[in-house]
Order: sequence, then C-alpha cells, then structure tokens
Amino acid sequence: MNKRRSMLCAGLAAVVTGVLLHSPAVQANGPAKIGFVYVSPIGDAGWTYQHDLGRKEMMKNLGDKVETTFVESVPEGADAERVIREMAASGHDLIFATSFGYMNYVERVAKQFPNVRFMHATGYKSGPNFRNYNARFYEGRYLTGVIAGEMSKSNILGYVAAFPIPEVLQGINAFAMGARSVNPNAQVRVIWVNSWYDPGKEREAAQALIAQGADVITHHTDSTAVVQAAQDQGVYAVAYHSDMSKYGKDAHLTATTHHWGPYYTEVVEKMLNKEGMGESIWGGFKEGFVELAPINPVVPKPVQDKVAELKEKIAKGEFHPFTGPILDQDGKEIVPAGKTLTDEELSKMNFYVQGVNSKLPR
Amino acid sequence: MSLGLFESILFATIVAGTPLMLVALGELVTEKSGMLNLGAEGLMSIGAVAAFAASYTFESTVLGILAAMVAAMLLSMVFAFITINLMANQVATGLAVAIFGVGLSAFLGKPFEAKVLQAVPGYALPLLSEIPLLGPALFKQQWLVYVSWITLAAVAWFLGKTRAGLALKAVGESPQSAHAVGLPVIRIRYLAVMFGGAMAGLGGAFISLFHTPMWNEGMIAGKGWIALALVVFSTWRPWRVMLGAYLFGGVMISQLFFQSSSVQVEIPSQFLSALPYLATIVVLVLISSNAKMIRLNSPASLGKPFLKENS
Repeated sequence: MNKRRSMLCAGLAAVVTGVLLHSPAVQANGPAKIGFVYVSPIGDAGWTYQHDLGRKEMMKNLGDKVETTFVESVPEGADAERVIREMAASGHDLIFATSFGYMNYVERVAKQFPNVRFMHATGYKSGPNFRNYNARFYEGRYLTGVIAGEMSKSNILGYVAAFPIPEVLQGINAFAMGARSVNPNAQVRVIWVNSWYDPGKEREAAQALIAQGADVITHHTDSTAVVQAAQDQGVYAVAYHSDMSKYGKDAHLTATTHHWGPYYTEVVEKMLNKEGMGESIWGGFKEGFVELAPINPVVPKPVQDKVAELKEKIAKGEFHPFTGPILDQDGKEIVPAGKTLTDEELSKMNFYVQGVNSKLPR
Repeated sequence: MSLGLFESILFATIVAGTPLMLVALGELVTEKSGMLNLGAEGLMSIGAVAAFAASYTFESTVLGILAAMVAAMLLSMVFAFITINLMANQVATGLAVAIFGVGLSAFLGKPFEAKVLQAVPGYALPLLSEIPLLGPALFKQQWLVYVSWITLAAVAWFLGKTRAGLALKAVGESPQSAHAVGLPVIRIRYLAVMFGGAMAGLGGAFISLFHTPMWNEGMIAGKGWIALALVVFSTWRPWRVMLGAYLFGGVMISQLFFQSSSVQVEIPSQFLSALPYLATIVVLVLISSNAKMIRLNSPASLGKPFLKENS
C-alpha cells in the first residue's frame, strides 16, 4: 500500500494507468487483493450465495494473506465491464467473475491488464491470464432426475429455467434423461423466465407448471420461490444451487448444490506461490464441485441407494450421464449407443432430448 | 385448453395484475393532482420490506400491511416536500426516490432475507365462488385482491362523483385557478402524493406477503415501472387501470403457460415480456394523435410546480 503511494508521489501519477498501478512489487507487500463479481444479491441461498461461501472459505483458509472485495448485482452488460475494469485498475491481483454473461467483458479487460489474473465461471473462453472454471452440474441433475422420475405420479416434471444457454440445457436434458431412466413415461416441461433472478416470475412459472399437472418441479434460477411455491401447493421440488429445505420442508426432495471454497483456495494459493494458472477446469462429483443435498426421507430407501450408487459411479468415471443412445425431441438419434458426448459437445449443447415436452426458444 | 387450465390462467392473471392495479390507482390519484411521482418502484420496495419485516416480527399480516403503507407514505412525503415546498423538478426527484427506495429496502431488508412466512390463504367468497368457470378463478383469491376491487370502486367514485375529487382534479388542471377560488393546493397535492405512496406500499406488501411470501433484494423486479406505464395506458381513468392491470398481468402469465403447454406459440417470450411497455408507447402515440383525448384526461399541470402568487 505504502509502496504504491510512494510510486504515485514520485510523479508517475500523471501517466499511471491501471497496468502501472498494478506492479508486482505491490503483491510482495500487504495481502493479495482478490475481487469477486456477483450477478445477483448474495441473499441466503442460490448461485451467488454459493460463490460467496466459497469466498469466505478461501479467506478462512488463507487468513491475512488475502483481502477480498465483492460487488453484488452486477448486470451482464456493459456495467460488468466497468466493474471488472475498476477492480483491475484498483490493484486487485485476481478477479473471479461468476456469471456466464461476463465472459466477453472479462476477455476484453484481461487483455488490458496482463498482470492481473482473471477467472471466469461457466464460460468457454480463456487467455494467457484468463481461465474459466465450471462445474458439471448435469451430474447432479441426472441424479435428481432419477429421484423426480421415481416420485412423480403424474409423470409430468416441471422445470423453471432462466436462459437457453448450453449450461442450462445440459441441466434440463440430464434431468429428463435421469427421470426417464427409471420412468420411461416421464416428460419434462420447461418455462423460460428470461431472468436469473425474479422471484415473482419464478413463482408464477412454478404455479403454471403445477396447474398443468407437474408434481415434481425444479428450477435453474436463483431464488427460493419455486421451492416455496411447491411447498404451498403440496407438490415436490428439487432445488438448485443451495439446500433450500427450510423453504419447503415437505416439498424439498433434494438439491443439486455446488461448492467452490477448496477450488478458490487452490487458485489463490497458486497465485501467492507465483505458480502458473493451470488449465481451465470443469469439476463434478469427483472434484467436490457438485454435491447433492440430504435427500428427503419420503424418498424410498431403494431409490436413495440407487442414487448413491450412481453418484459413486459418476465420481469414479464409470458412468457418464450423457451416454448414448440419446434421442432428440423428434426421436432422431443424436448420440449412438455406447458413445458419450465430449466436453466440447456439451459446452455447445443446443437441443432438447426426447422427453422434454416444450419448444426450445431460438 | 382444458377448463382447469383456463381457470388457472385467469386466477394467476388476477394475482399478477393486483399489485399493478393497487400501485397504478395510487399513482393515478397522485397524477390527477398534477404531481408526477416516478418513484413507484422505490416506494413498492420500501412497502415490501416494511410489510415483511413487520409481519414477521409481529406475526400479523394486517400490521405488515399497515407498516408498508406508512413506510411508503413517509417516503412519498419526502418526495412531496422536495417537489412541493422546495419546488425541485418532479421527474428527477421521482427517479431519485425510485433508486433510493430500492437501495434503502435492500439495506433494511438484509436481516430478513433468510426468513420464511406462511402464504396468506385464499378466501372463497360464499355463493360467488360457486359460479362455474369464473367463480373459482375470481372469488377464491387472497383477501387483498378483494380489497383492490373495493379500492378501485372507491377511487372511481371519489374522482367522478365527489366534491373533493373535483377539487383534486381542479388542482391538477390549473393550480393557479384552484388557488384563486380558495382551494388549498399544497395540502391537496400533499394528500394526493401520500395516497399514492400508501397504495404503492400496499402493492409492495401484496408482493412480499401474499404473492411470494418472502423478502429478497430486487424482488419488485420492475413492477413499479409497469404500474407507471399503466397509468398512461389507462389514460388516467380508474376502470381502465383495472383493464390494463389484468391485461398486462394476463400477458405475463399466459406466456408462461403457453411455454409449458403443448400449444406451440411462435412469439419469443422476450417480446412478450416487453409487451406492457410497447403497449404503453402505442397508447401514448394514439392519445397524442388525438388532441381532444389528451385534453380530456391528462392533467394539464402534470409535473409542473405550483408557485403561489403573493397573497
């Protein structure tokens, strides 16, 4: 801190750009500054909440070696670039941008600040000082699909989704395939709310699905509204991001949750030790990125055992949810039996599998 | 479409339209007095958080609603003071109230973010709810929905049939003339703004207590702006506010239903989400092309400060 100030006083101020401000000498002194950019309020559950848990865990692990700042509710537009650039310019050494829509802005800012490390969640771009990281949410989705398929009586499963991007489609398709692996009559209906976070609309969508016969609903949005709606209307819900059982103790069957603390710690430690950034990563059950919340006791024991067994197989790499034969909505075979979708193919997913009974917006 | 589905859509439409209607009715009265308060989004946020906080703390829905109305009314009085007494620009002040209210509610609401409230159950009106088709959708609602209908009738009666309503409109048309005939312009404008604030608070309370019984930052999600658009859409007429509220609500709801039904609609949902605003622009264009209609309905002194001549 002092060093930087003396630098400024030395008359450099007039030409100091963000790049100069961030000299490696700054790193050697005081704690490393780590910035987090969040797309929604932290709240008490949800996507951003999980990332913030990760931030706190990392801080606990590394103590006074790090100092973190975060900005909540940063929209996925030009504002994001401003926030990210401001973080880079104000002496942050490492920036985690935790939403898909930040990708192009991170890329642009990363080029301008070659000495700052940038980590972008759920994207697919990278650069010399810019990596992406993601979780295999679909592994959890497949298992919750198995549970939903077993628990549904109407065979209609509801899905409240935010935006039709590959990550969300992976979740929907894995959920449908999981459900149909145990209940071939199960169908998934999808409602897009065009927002990551709009509790009112999420609830309305959940109610629309329930009115159309869905008796297990799940969501790929940020709030707890869907679980609450299920609780109020007496159907089951599978939560996402966080364990939301306290928002619907009867409705909540389980949740696909994600955990970033150990990974954030690792990434920051690498920086502190002046190691390279390593590869971009896509972690699942194996790496501990994805977990299932405790399963509601209403789910029969044999189903729970089956889920536990599948989970272990996935973690060991013996089973991949996207293994053929995979049929698209019209029954056309996309992936032949025995073949598995590659990560590349997964990250470009743009179709619904058979059993998803809605139209994909284009 | 099955019968049950139609009922569900209608039911959900009423629910989605109710907060819009409550807020727009308040804003209508405010604007009729010549005051343009664009702060509805902020007032609703404050109402929503106050309602949740009070209802959670005292375990009473009614207290929650009262708290919402009082809190939003207080904030609207700040607006009234700045624009009426200090004669600041109403548009700028209203926008400031909107931003301030959203921010303040997020700040005040932090301790309540994790909390859960029981949803207020629906109340079936005897006899009426037995009507086939419409009955269950219209008359098995939560009680604040019925209150919104009573409020609508009261506002329409007040503006159309009472002396006080006439005075309010006179102030909105020409505050100078109203002042000249001895009407207390400032007091009337204060009251109109406070009523608008209280109604916005009520709309917020509907959202945080009745619709999605929780508090979360940003949960109003633009409904305040839609309500403002609704007032213009209705060309400042109470009954058309109801029409517009259910129309906007219906659009929001039916696009959700269409998505998940086997009926395939080729309209992108993004377009439908933007529809309330597009409809408002269309109405604005229509009324501006018809000078007589503007003169009839739009308060002539809307947004203009009132300068009391030396008396």
